[in-house]
Amino acid sequence: MQKYDVTKTAIKTFSQPEHEIALQTNDLHVYYGDHEQIKGVALQFERYKISAIIGPSGSGKSTYLRALNRMNDEIQSAKVTGSIMYRDLDVNSPQVDVYEMRKHIGMVFQRPNPFAKSIYDNIAFALRRHGTKKKAALDEIVEKTLQQAGLWKEVKDSLSKSALALSGGQQQRLCIARALALKPDILLLDEPASALDPISTSVVEDTLTQLKKDYTLIVVTHNMQQAARISDYTAFFYDGYALEYGATNQIFTQPKLKATNDYISGHFG
Amino acid sequence: MNVRRQDKIATVVLYLISGTIILILAALLLYILAAGLPHVSWHFLTSPARAFEAGGGIGIQLFNSLYLLVLAMLISMPVSLGAGIYLSEYAKKNWRTTFVQTAIEILSSLPSVVVGLFGFLIFVVQFKFGFSILSGALALTFFNLPLLTRNVEESLASVQGSQREAGLALGLSRFETVTRVIVPEALPGITTGMILGAGRVFGEAAALIYTAGQSAPALDFSNWNPFYIASPLNPLRPAETLAVHIWKINSEGIMPDVAAVSAGASAVLVIVVLLFNLSARWFGKWLFKKMTGGD
Repeated sequence: MQKYDVTKTAIKTFSQPEHEIALQTNDLHVYYGDHEQIKGVALQFERYKISAIIGPSGSGKSTYLRALNRMNDEIQSAKVTGSIMYRDLDVNSPQVDVYEMRKHIGMVFQRPNPFAKSIYDNIAFALRRHGTKKKAALDEIVEKTLQQAGLWKEVKDSLSKSALALSGGQQQRLCIARALALKPDILLLDEPASALDPISTSVVEDTLTQLKKDYTLIVVTHNMQQAARISDYTAFFYDGYALEYGATNQIFTQPKLKATNDYISGHFG
Repeated sequence: MNVRRQDKIATVVLYLISGTIILILAALLLYILAAGLPHVSWHFLTSPARAFEAGGGIGIQLFNSLYLLVLAMLISMPVSLGAGIYLSEYAKKNWRTTFVQTAIEILSSLPSVVVGLFGFLIFVVQFKFGFSILSGALALTFFNLPLLTRNVEESLASVQGSQREAGLALGLSRFETVTRVIVPEALPGITTGMILGAGRVFGEAAALIYTAGQSAPALDFSNWNPFYIASPLNPLRPAETLAVHIWKINSEGIMPDVAAVSAGASAVLVIVVLLFNLSARWFGKWLFKKMTGGD
């Protein structure tokens, strides 16, 4: 594998934003035991846009994404330093109520992981736990989020059926609906279409493009065409650094760095 | 020898081996049932045993077995659930956890007679519970706990990690995720394990000989006050169970129909354990369907 001098070009700071920023990280490091997986990443994500994170396997893009809503807390040996600013709140500070925060920063995973419950309960379950008990209110949210996720027409007559009986693509859209039900500000998606067939992938992509009207989306993907199709901004990760970040158009047509150019033109991956 | 021939021979050998096992088991089962069932009647199931004359039943022993089983499960179920949930969901993966898990594994292979003698020394002698239902139930708890705990732990561990992430990512606490997502999904496995454990307890004799005792004093089924000495519910009375009864009359029984009583009791024991096993399967399947909302 070709070596790039990444330490000099890695993004460590950023200029003052021109647009409204939904989330930004400063000098974010993630360690697994002694191993430093993310080596200081500074990025900011604009509100109501889709930002894609691309990069070769092992570049730390999923690790970075999982740090943003503190899912790395669940890994015993993981340690995260630096700040993750959401509004005026540092998500990474120990005082933060992680469970409340995760309602604002939702997540969809690589493999669809619906609960072994009915389609309806997959969405209503977390709502009930968070205090929405009225049937009418639940019905409304279930319908609305399923519509947002582009699944309503397919499942409206079988809401009481097990979610496990759905196809992979439908399950993933159900997981998106489930995350939307909590009315998050930001939705983190970790390779949301990588386990799906091409048709389901395109449906999920359409769904995501629809969603950016109301949500800020941050999508990790190893599929560069996907990043180019759906995202407004793209960050290129390499070896634990964010090397290049900018408008998707610019990254894919006129990358500034040789490493980015080599990656998007398929020289390594 | 070509591959196809090899495959054929292997298949035949495997069929023969499994056929032999099934044959042995079926023969054993049929023998016990054929020898015992003719002696089983309503009278046999409900009347007390007689020590010196023919015509005695197993009523008290059968009741004792069931009561002891219920008590033992009442104690061991919550404990094993808590321990299993802790080990699978909360315990950090370090040497201490591994040590506890190894200890549980060793305990689960402890011979039941050792558990019985341990129970005798601790509960009967030290705690002065005497030969009693309570001592027996506690001994059975010790006997059953390691297996139940492992079963709970394994059932929980078989639930995919992505389910935990799903719960946490929705802002649920770890406790909510465990109790509302993970345990329900593992419940069929847990329940099956519990029922099979109950079957094991029901057939257990060695752990009870020195704890619940070998005598079955007459019970007054009209008085259910647990503090009354002849009450069926009194936990401090000695209680010979069905399995212990079979062992005892075979070693020192002097009633004239000892062979018939022993055969009948064995048949009843086998049938009850069989019922436990079948219901475990049926109930586990039913519960899984119910929990997953599928039809």
